[in-house]
Amino acid sequence: MPNTYTLIASNTVGSGGAASVTFSSIPATYTDLLLNISARSDQSGVNRSFKVQPNATDITAKRLGAEQSPMITYSDSGISLYLPGTGATASTFGNTYTYISNYASSTTYKSLSADSVNENNGTDSGLMLLAGLYSSNTAITSLVCTINAGNFVQYSTFYLYGIKNS
Amino acid sequence: MAAGSTYTPIATQTLGSAAASVTFSSISGAYTDLVLVTNMAIATVNGSIYIRFNGDSGNNYSYTNLYGDGSTVGSVRGTNANKTYISWYVSRNTALEAVSITNIMNYSNATTYKSFLSRGNRASASNSPGTEAIVGMWRNTAAITSFVITADSGNISTGSTFTLYGIAAA
Repeated sequence: MPNTYTLIASNTVGSGGAASVTFSSIPATYTDLLLNISARSDQSGVNRSFKVQPNATDITAKRLGAEQSPMITYSDSGISLYLPGTGATASTFGNTYTYISNYASSTTYKSLSADSVNENNGTDSGLMLLAGLYSSNTAITSLVCTINAGNFVQYSTFYLYGIKNS
Repeated sequence: MAAGSTYTPIATQTLGSAAASVTFSSISGAYTDLVLVTNMAIATVNGSIYIRFNGDSGNNYSYTNLYGDGSTVGSVRGTNANKTYISWYVSRNTALEAVSITNIMNYSNATTYKSFLSRGNRASASNSPGTEAIVGMWRNTAAITSFVITADSGNISTGSTFTLYGIAAA
């Protein structure tokens, strides 16, 4: 059976935390990339944010989110995805699923689909659906996950998979 | 997961020329769920992408769509429809920048209606960009063995890609 869903690399944040996590030298041998993140911030508040940058570049985005009500939508760059801060229930980590289609193309811009959630059984939580665009024909060879302030806490995990269509 | 053993590409299609529809047929019942990944464009700004299963064009479909485009949040719903959508809002652009991921659960059982969850995305600035989530249902208990993806208006553009994966529980 073909090896079509392959772990490329992973990173688990150690004691002391990390302000960013980088995946570099991503091979071009896959069709799509999938980045799964479980993370928490060491900063105050319930809903904190971080961003994912292909090739260390901010992407443009359309976002649809819900924290309580009403729903909100944004048009921005340097996208913000959710993760819980220290105001969230202890031991809760937010989950983010990012799918990057056709990432190795040298002829098209790259589109991203991301779902980011932060549920903590409290009065506030967050859910974000995101469309992103890396406006470059350059193949994506690195991904940088950067927290907007402070650090990702210990035990935050980042898993990068490659998916092949043949 | 054991790499490669439970996530298998069933078929992939890249359009060499513009086409009104794309068909996946003779889908094996050997998997638990299906995942359809598309990277596409439609040559008209008024197009959406719909899906029909097993050739059924009767009024046996329903859907609910939730979308945001940076300024407006909206929802669209249809019942007793003759089709359901995998990308209702964000496929309307000529650039190959619309990505959708559709999860079709428990597609091969012969006892329940079939439902799916689709996520559509296009972040480019012109012509209805946005992000969306769609739940769709086909009110039929037959196992899904084929489906057709069609543009509501105009053709699906050259270079659009469609890949169907099968996920096996074991």
